[in-house]
Amino acid sequence: MKKILAQCYIWLLLAMLYAPLLFIAVFSFTESRVLGNWTGFSTKLYANLFTGGVNGGSSLMSAVENTLLIALIAAVFSTILGTVAAIGIFNLRGRKRQTMQFLNNIPMINPDIITGVSLFLLFVFLKFSQGYVTVILAHITFCTPYVVLSVMPKLSQMNPNIYEAALDLGATPSTALRKVLVPELRPGMISGFIMAFTMSLDDFAVTFFTRGTIGLDTLSTYIYTDARKGGLTPELRPLMTLIFLLVLVLLLIINLRSARAENKAK
Amino acid sequence: MVKRSYWSLPYLIFMVVFVVLPLLLIVLYAFQDGSGHFTLSNITRFFTDSDSLSTFALSIEVAIENTLICILLGYPAAWILSNHKLNRSAVTVVLFIMPMWINALMRTLATAELFSMLGITLGKGTLLFGMVYDYLPFMIYPIYNTLMKMDNSYAEAAEDLGAAPWKVFWKVTVPLSFPGVMSGILMVFMPTVSTFAISEFLTNNKIKLFGTIIQENINSSMWNYGAALAFIMLIIIGITSMLGETKQSETEGGLI
Repeated sequence: MKKILAQCYIWLLLAMLYAPLLFIAVFSFTESRVLGNWTGFSTKLYANLFTGGVNGGSSLMSAVENTLLIALIAAVFSTILGTVAAIGIFNLRGRKRQTMQFLNNIPMINPDIITGVSLFLLFVFLKFSQGYVTVILAHITFCTPYVVLSVMPKLSQMNPNIYEAALDLGATPSTALRKVLVPELRPGMISGFIMAFTMSLDDFAVTFFTRGTIGLDTLSTYIYTDARKGGLTPELRPLMTLIFLLVLVLLLIINLRSARAENKAK
Repeated sequence: MVKRSYWSLPYLIFMVVFVVLPLLLIVLYAFQDGSGHFTLSNITRFFTDSDSLSTFALSIEVAIENTLICILLGYPAAWILSNHKLNRSAVTVVLFIMPMWINALMRTLATAELFSMLGITLGKGTLLFGMVYDYLPFMIYPIYNTLMKMDNSYAEAAEDLGAAPWKVFWKVTVPLSFPGVMSGILMVFMPTVSTFAISEFLTNNKIKLFGTIIQENINSSMWNYGAALAFIMLIIIGITSMLGETKQSETEGGLI
């Protein structure tokens, strides 16, 4: 009885959370420009999306490309910077270590709008013209802390003697780094990379303030401008549906796999 | 690895330039007029302008209401999800986390569109519903995490010593899960105050929140006043994060 009630509650909340997403998904299969107006089943919007025949020209697809490109570059740089930083911080002691960890926490605690406005003021102050470079720098700023946090636990879990042993057996520090340290840290680096990548994909506010006036659009800023103009580009519906599905499948795979690994370990 | 501590140097420099300096610039611009002279007028303007003040009060009100509703709805959900007797499926947990990975703007827009199709007028009610919808996963996840990590022997000991189930829940489970609730509050409260775009979509531009007026000032080149508003928000962040001295990092570290 208790179990049935509990399950009812869970599924009721899930129904609430997913109603809007389902609504978008259902109406991605009809041609009507206005959302909520069913004009018969059609996959035309999907076809438009992939053949580039989007009503608003190619701007939607170029926004998608920008989003992916910026996320990829930001994630690569954050992973490198964050891993090097984590190794450095791990070897610091006392005050210095606390200061670094405090600084690392700031971008995570700050709401997006503060990060966005403060970086906007920085680029204005330095008279740095805003565009791709500033957006990528801004994304590296708020992504790197997550990489540091996912690499740090791997450093404390690892046995320091392995690295020392490599050195004793005649490996140069750089060989030991490549052959011992990096493989040990790889899981942390990978999850840091994925975090950075998705944080960057998700971002709206920081991009909004640092993209300048060169007409650079990511998916978020595209949606924002589109919605303010009134009326969404219909092709956004299939695009959103595909993104929902992709994220859901990825998360299910990752989580079920780790759950199974845990069960095996037990 | 003894001598690798200097590896933190590049990141230190990076953070000084892209984290510390920008925050100092907010303070600098907040206390300057358009021609770069020191002034307090930006700050006093906020405290004398009834529009800004009422927007601010409304934002705090919406954020408090949103946080409370998220706790009330989210805590039972997190508890059920973490309870092996009530929930065995890992899929439901993933379904709750999934929205955190989807662009908030997209989800908000979907909600707003659903409301307008159902013929519900956009206003404060829809704003609150949309906010709960957007932030509920961020409340459930940290609470779920602390409940999962919690040592069950405390609850079992209480049971063995004769406490009734509800008493075990109130006296043991709830206090032990407090850090999770605190980081949930941190992840819901400040973001609600500072959102822009979300409130515009959900109310058809009828209701502005604090984030929106910061954005409007910055975008219409009123940097100094915008910076002053951001400065006020920074102070509130300082206060709230000191109140909730929990390490947010711990809960966010293991999202995947």
